[in-house]
Amino acid sequence: MIKKTLSVLLGALALPLAAHAASYQLLNVSYDPTRELYRAINEKFAAEYKARTGDSVTIQQSHGGSGKQARAVFDGLDADVVTLALGGDILPLVDPGHLIRKDWETRLPDHASPYLSTIVFLVRKGNPRHIRDWNDLVKPGVGVITPNPKTSGGARWNFLAAYAYALKANNNDKDKALAFMSTLFRNVPVLDTGARGSTTTFVQRGLGDVLLAWENEAFLAREEFGNDQFEIVVPSISILAEPQVAVVDKVVDRKGTRKVAEAYLNYLYTDEAQNIIAQNHYRPSNPQIAAKYADQFPKLDLVTIRDFGGWAKAQPEYFGDGGVFDQIYRK
Amino acid sequence: MSTLSTVPLQDPPSLPPEFRPQGPLIRRNSAVTESAWVQWLLVATALLFLLGFLLLPLVSVFTEALRHGWKVYLDAISEPDARSAIGMTLLTAAIAVPFNVAFGLAAAWAITKFEFRGKTLLVSLIDLPFSVSPVVAGLIYILVFGRNGWFGPWLFDHDIRIVFAIPGIVIATMFVTFPFIARELIPLMQEQGTDHEQAALSLGASGWQTFRRVTLPNIKWALLYGVLLCTARAMGEFGAVSVVSGHIRGQTDTMPLHVEILYNEYQFAGAFAVASLLAIFALVTLALKSYLEWRHGDELAATRRH
Repeated sequence: MIKKTLSVLLGALALPLAAHAASYQLLNVSYDPTRELYRAINEKFAAEYKARTGDSVTIQQSHGGSGKQARAVFDGLDADVVTLALGGDILPLVDPGHLIRKDWETRLPDHASPYLSTIVFLVRKGNPRHIRDWNDLVKPGVGVITPNPKTSGGARWNFLAAYAYALKANNNDKDKALAFMSTLFRNVPVLDTGARGSTTTFVQRGLGDVLLAWENEAFLAREEFGNDQFEIVVPSISILAEPQVAVVDKVVDRKGTRKVAEAYLNYLYTDEAQNIIAQNHYRPSNPQIAAKYADQFPKLDLVTIRDFGGWAKAQPEYFGDGGVFDQIYRK
Repeated sequence: MSTLSTVPLQDPPSLPPEFRPQGPLIRRNSAVTESAWVQWLLVATALLFLLGFLLLPLVSVFTEALRHGWKVYLDAISEPDARSAIGMTLLTAAIAVPFNVAFGLAAAWAITKFEFRGKTLLVSLIDLPFSVSPVVAGLIYILVFGRNGWFGPWLFDHDIRIVFAIPGIVIATMFVTFPFIARELIPLMQEQGTDHEQAALSLGASGWQTFRRVTLPNIKWALLYGVLLCTARAMGEFGAVSVVSGHIRGQTDTMPLHVEILYNEYQFAGAFAVASLLAIFALVTLALKSYLEWRHGDELAATRRH
């Protein structure tokens, strides 16, 4: 019976809708931890769009490390929309890629960040290494799991969050802060390419004592593997992670999907989507909805990417070839 | 042992008397001089190794896959994305393998039946995919066919997609599985020499007739053996395909990529269910391969045993 329904369903999907209503296909190229979020969002959006316009839309997903995904779009992956971990990964698609128009950040509300997050620590049950804050990560013998900042967006937020702490703890002494970062990365046994790879390394393979993770990823890992196995530690200071989204102008204009792609990204700001966002442990950008879920999200001191001069400046300075990360990682 | 001991009872008529086994076969073992416990130790070590490194992982794949019962298993392999991945894998193999059969035959034929300049170069080129990392193999095609690659601008202007689409996956798979058939055929055809072909030609056969009636029957089992290895690799390739696939669920995901995706989404039962299907494909290939070795071992004689 199930098989029969399945094959009927499949047949219906495979047939291009011959009837009056149009049928669209969007490709959303996203970063690693958003799999569960977009599975929920896509279903609701398709239903909402169908009810509103009569047109059906199927959204296909591609996930991976944010930098790697951006590179694939740059090299020709036909994404209608990119929903990446940070603006730094969208910049090369604007220039030199010429795939996205320059005004992308102002075309959507809140700097094109429909959801926010931050970086927290995930530790093993009982916190055996007594990890409370960033300075506990540089102690000898502490295994720190974080992905590679070159390929992973989450890893770049991790890096900047740690650096923000290092600057604050050392009264903005850059050299001391860099020495701190160097020691921290000496405690990193393996750099995975994406955030999900790192989570698997920490949770499944049992490597390391602390995982630097997206808040949403930490919540999800606890949900998947039981609250009794892992604990979330909120450091004294972290960074406000602002994942950004954009319509890929060149692709939607060629495919004729601009209208539905824009509707899709705008949908992320609706109350319905903002609630789904909160339920998936992302911080909603809408303050009213965020207030509703306030007790879920710990309050902490947050710096922003603006404190580092924005991604256009921070990306090459910290993560470009020969940038700060290269310098401290080689030391 | 049982198959060997039946040999003296049913001599194949084609075997000349001097090649017939003399006396009971078991006496060959008299060359072994080690004491019994050394023999046992060696056998036990080998068995333990096999058990630990081959059988255990294989068993664990199936137990993990069936941990939540048959229903979960069947659902996992029949959900649309999994079906699409299975389809992609079969399609890729169905295109890549015939192409490599044609190429492998042509290359082996040229190399073993003719003398020409640059022959050694061609032989080394055939081996290239064995020595190049699959990731590099994938990246080559991004550099050539990607939006910013050599042919990228032209391809994108004409709305032709190679990378991040099915053609890219097939091409990358072909590259990685290039050597399997040629490498199976070359040693055998070298050993067989050109006498038969020359005889056929001197009797007035055309080139095509010679190939079809003389060469092909001589190499058919080795060819089949190569096809099996090539198919197994084509279905299992991960690295090169991962680079050019774009990882679009339900579209450009092959089975190995789908396994990774499911695993990363904490859907372990699903991941192992798809992995077990891949393992079944591999086991079937292995069974066919063993059958070929057992049944047509003499005609595979010159090929490397894997």
